[in-house]
Amino acid sequence: MIPAPFDYEVAESVEHAVELLGGREDAKLLAGGHSLLPVLRLRFARPALLVDIGRIEALSYVRDAGDRIAIGALTRHHDVVGAALLQEHCPLVPYAAGLIGDPQVRHRGTIGGSLAHGDPAGDLPAVLLALDGEVDVVGPEGTRTIAAAELFRGPFETALGPQEVMTEVRVPKLTGDHGWSYLKFRRRSMDWATVGVVAVVKGNGSIEEAAVGLVSMGATPLRARATEQALLAGESDPAALADDGTDPPSDTNGSAEYRRHLVRVLVRRALEEARPG
Amino acid sequence: MMVAPIELEIGEAIGAPVERKEDHKLLVGQAQWVDNMRVPGMAYMAVVRSPYAHARITRVDVAPALAHADVVAAYSAADLQEEWAGSLPCAWLPTEDTKAPPHLPLAADKARYVGDGVAVVVASSRAAAEDAAELVEVEYEPLPAIVDPEAALAEGAPLVHDELGTNRCYTWRLDAGEVDALFDEAEVIVRGRFRQNRLIPTAIEPRAVLVQPLPANGEFTMWSTTQVPHIARVTLSGVLGIPEAKLRVIAPDVGGGFGSKLNVYAEEALALGLARRLGRAIKWTEGRSEGYLATIHGRDQWQEIELAANADGKISAVRARVVAAMGAYLQLVTPGIPLLGAWLYAGAYDVQGYSFECTGVFTHTTPTDAYRGAGRPEATYAIERAVDALAAKLGKDPVEVRRLNFIREFPNAIAAGLTIDSGDYDAGLDLALGTAGYKELRTEQAERRAKGDPKRLGIGLSTYVEMCGLAPSKILGAIRYSAGGWDTATIRCLPTGTVQVLTGVSPHGQGHETTWSQIAADLLGYDVDEIEVLHGDTAVVPLGMDTYGSRSLAVGGVALYFAAERIVAKARLIAAHKLGVEPSQVDYVRGRFTGPEDSIALKDIALAAWTAHDLPDGVEPGLEASFVYDPPNFSWPSGAHLAVVEVDTETGNVEVLRYIAVDDVGTVVNPLIVDGQIHGGIAQGIAQALFEEAVYDDDGNLLTGNMVSYLVPSAPDLPSYELDRTETPSPTNPLGVKGVGETGAIASPAAVINAVCDALAADGVTDIQMPATPERVWRALEEAKR
Amino acid sequence: MRRVSLSVNGDQHELELEPRELLVYVLRERLGLTGATVGCDTSSCGSCTVLLDGESVKSCTVLGVQADGHRITTIEGLAENGALHPLQESFRTHHALQCGYCTPGMVMAAVSLLAENPRPSEAEIRHALEGNLCRCTGYQNIVRAIEAVA
Repeated sequence: MIPAPFDYEVAESVEHAVELLGGREDAKLLAGGHSLLPVLRLRFARPALLVDIGRIEALSYVRDAGDRIAIGALTRHHDVVGAALLQEHCPLVPYAAGLIGDPQVRHRGTIGGSLAHGDPAGDLPAVLLALDGEVDVVGPEGTRTIAAAELFRGPFETALGPQEVMTEVRVPKLTGDHGWSYLKFRRRSMDWATVGVVAVVKGNGSIEEAAVGLVSMGATPLRARATEQALLAGESDPAALADDGTDPPSDTNGSAEYRRHLVRVLVRRALEEARPG
Repeated sequence: MMVAPIELEIGEAIGAPVERKEDHKLLVGQAQWVDNMRVPGMAYMAVVRSPYAHARITRVDVAPALAHADVVAAYSAADLQEEWAGSLPCAWLPTEDTKAPPHLPLAADKARYVGDGVAVVVASSRAAAEDAAELVEVEYEPLPAIVDPEAALAEGAPLVHDELGTNRCYTWRLDAGEVDALFDEAEVIVRGRFRQNRLIPTAIEPRAVLVQPLPANGEFTMWSTTQVPHIARVTLSGVLGIPEAKLRVIAPDVGGGFGSKLNVYAEEALALGLARRLGRAIKWTEGRSEGYLATIHGRDQWQEIELAANADGKISAVRARVVAAMGAYLQLVTPGIPLLGAWLYAGAYDVQGYSFECTGVFTHTTPTDAYRGAGRPEATYAIERAVDALAAKLGKDPVEVRRLNFIREFPNAIAAGLTIDSGDYDAGLDLALGTAGYKELRTEQAERRAKGDPKRLGIGLSTYVEMCGLAPSKILGAIRYSAGGWDTATIRCLPTGTVQVLTGVSPHGQGHETTWSQIAADLLGYDVDEIEVLHGDTAVVPLGMDTYGSRSLAVGGVALYFAAERIVAKARLIAAHKLGVEPSQVDYVRGRFTGPEDSIALKDIALAAWTAHDLPDGVEPGLEASFVYDPPNFSWPSGAHLAVVEVDTETGNVEVLRYIAVDDVGTVVNPLIVDGQIHGGIAQGIAQALFEEAVYDDDGNLLTGNMVSYLVPSAPDLPSYELDRTETPSPTNPLGVKGVGETGAIASPAAVINAVCDALAADGVTDIQMPATPERVWRALEEAKR
Repeated sequence: MRRVSLSVNGDQHELELEPRELLVYVLRERLGLTGATVGCDTSSCGSCTVLLDGESVKSCTVLGVQADGHRITTIEGLAENGALHPLQESFRTHHALQCGYCTPGMVMAAVSLLAENPRPSEAEIRHALEGNLCRCTGYQNIVRAIEAVA
């Protein structure tokens, strides 16, 4: 299958991209293309214009930003996996990025593209959510920061405006008191998660902070709030509450009922793995 | 003149792991795929397909597509009606009253499955054809659909073909022995009801066809991604009304088939019809998601099996009943596929009573047809699962029950009515158990259970026998198959020291060029590299029955042996003449004739036969011989497969830890190729057991309609395979070969599911439907807890 | 239409492309390099894998215009002076291909893997092939072929 026809412009800069997006009713950003092009090939979408931001090299970086690590939105998954700063300060992110798709996808796909796609079955949205990360976006009005908790609005829907371009992703540095886990349960290695569970736990003896992010358990990536609270309260089986407030889909990889069961198992295992020390 | 046959010796090339001659071009990107090909004036075809499983077609308007600047032509079914001299072929109507509804390349009145073609567009580029196909306006009146074959038999179910008044296509029976009496006398009866999940063959090369017409001569050349160029020529000439001699079909390099390209498809007929009508070359290449709708599926059966046994576990009789989905239409051999397993529901076991019944049923789904194993994986699954159930019922080890029932005398006339050529089932089982370390595995399994490990260990066996090498023409005739089961070989010894071998079996990845070269090299004393194997072009090899059913070597390869005999017999006359002795005084050993004093090479005789300056009286010039071989029996590979799985009782996930396969495929010509065939078959069988299923919703929408949702496993999803073999040459052919293309796929689903059920036996689980998805495993455990 | 400059197997090509033209069709239909094949429409099968600036990509999921100015290596560019690349040779000796349709993509994926990880374990090799489907071999001989070169 070949995509329906579209126009194509190369953005030389973020500002140029914003301007190009403003010039057409039905324009879409193209970064690595690994979320967008498969959709275009099956003709599920037919934008009038693709604005290619893939050549803005300034948006590909990983750098130390004080208590956070800043990742350029066009940093490819492959480069996230190999980034020493992330390996040192927030190894959860490169670990999860290494489980996206397959090597070819990771060579092209970008962190910004994955987050802006807003796929509730994506790996990185739940990771960002569990880490309480944030992103910068640039639009006609300038730059604004969106917290992960505000970013994901619905299936394939984010808080980004039609003319906004994501430029940077920031995640906190984890410390020696942090433990983490990402369990991606899937039928085949290349598949999206049937259910994915991110756990980030801080504590030395007792638990001080706990965040549990869920993949494929609702219209957006979710936090397992009830589990988090039960953990902090020292309750005996916090994982049993993992499906509270979720609305998992039913599809050929699993029914909603099965996903509710599975998420409880995976959260228990993730919390065991994430236990600090 | 007639020459007496002689027996040739098998030499060094047969049995050697010769590296494949096919590989170099494939490894450097020089393969000749149909989709690579371009000819002058070529236009691209796209098919407009029904989005409804069942709908009345009330209007088709191709005018908007015709308005597209790059469009050459666009047609509805009605526009093309005159192109067709007959229906698309179904070559196997198993009973006199089998219902075979008309099946034209485009649906006119009604769409009967999602993907049924309703219009066709021709444009100057691939992209424009896809663009224009979207412009065709079709109005549908959706109707209720039926997708389950058992439900389709119920009173009041929506009819796939109204004029038939029923969805039942046929019922076929085979009864042998006093089955009812044996069941009455039985001390133990076990029953199983199993689902054969619908599978999508998924050859990695999608289908493609290119037709180049030569209007002045009324000739057509068709390149097609087909397993069956010869059958395609015979049948398509009938569909189109093109004289067979005016149609040349070429299967160039073909990227896998697994049964899906053992067919004659609407798109081939459309490309021919449009090439004729427009007088220009027409090309079509299937998109993968399109193919998941428009290329045949496999399996989709419900099976019931009953075993009658005594208290020791000795089985006396087997009763099996199958309801098999045909899909919406009959493709080339749709109705016959489940019947290829009809004789195998007693497996490798000696029984006195045998009864089998199969009902074929139309449903609003993509037609089913051959998929690797075709009928035999289904039969093997049913009997191997039932034997495990019998062992469980008696509290015996499944190994013991198998041994108690094995057939041990060969040839063996089985109750079902055919004769198994050779085998040694104990030997295979011994090897498999030894390789696996069966006792140690049982110990580890018990230890895991004892300590409450949520990850259970399971060990599953499948001791199978299958019938392949299709087939004796007489038997095919008796079961109402329309064609013969013979095949052809021609050997042409060229004057300059090389040989052309022409084979009627057209490969698509099996390595025939290498294997046939090995056989010819051995028998005729040439180097493997001096043999050139030609195939897959009806102008080069006019006669053949093509490649399917693990038949190539057991039929086409044996034809090659007999053609070699004819070469040697003729060459002996010339050799004797040259050596000045009587033919009876000349010995032949691998390429050289030796008389009492002198000797002469076959190669020199090839030159002498070509110059023809000095040939014995009555001997024709040239050294060429052909043979058409019709096998006297099927061939019967067998073996023992053993799967070791780990089942996570919390998530339901199944991991295959080890897979051991011991196969007896008769004489092995090339162990590299044989092992490769077994690897691939096992992978597909594990895929059936754990991953793959074509799922329809109640409205007949295919929910697994692309490679994201239809789960073909990749490298990290599959284990390494531990192979071994036993070898009992088939006594029915001089090479002793049997067939290996399907054994892996036939044996493995049962081994894997037996292992999964074994893992969970102590938890009270007795069966899990294929594919044993994590959810199905979890549900089975939940069910058992209640 | 857009003017694009591609370096393919060391040869420079100047092309006028429609933006929607996928790189795999540019290679196959404009440049006649039919080694990379198309096996799906969902970026799943990996038959179309080529190297873009030395890294494996699925050329069905890259627009020709995106490749402008980049260096592409296809299976046709792997053998040097007629000598097969060690991976090509190893695929042959290990019978790591049957129908051969997935093979160019499989080999290019393996080239990319070994460039990044010259000594992969069996598990790493299998993981690195997760985006390449083969229906014939069951993967075992492909894994062995790559192990033998690593």
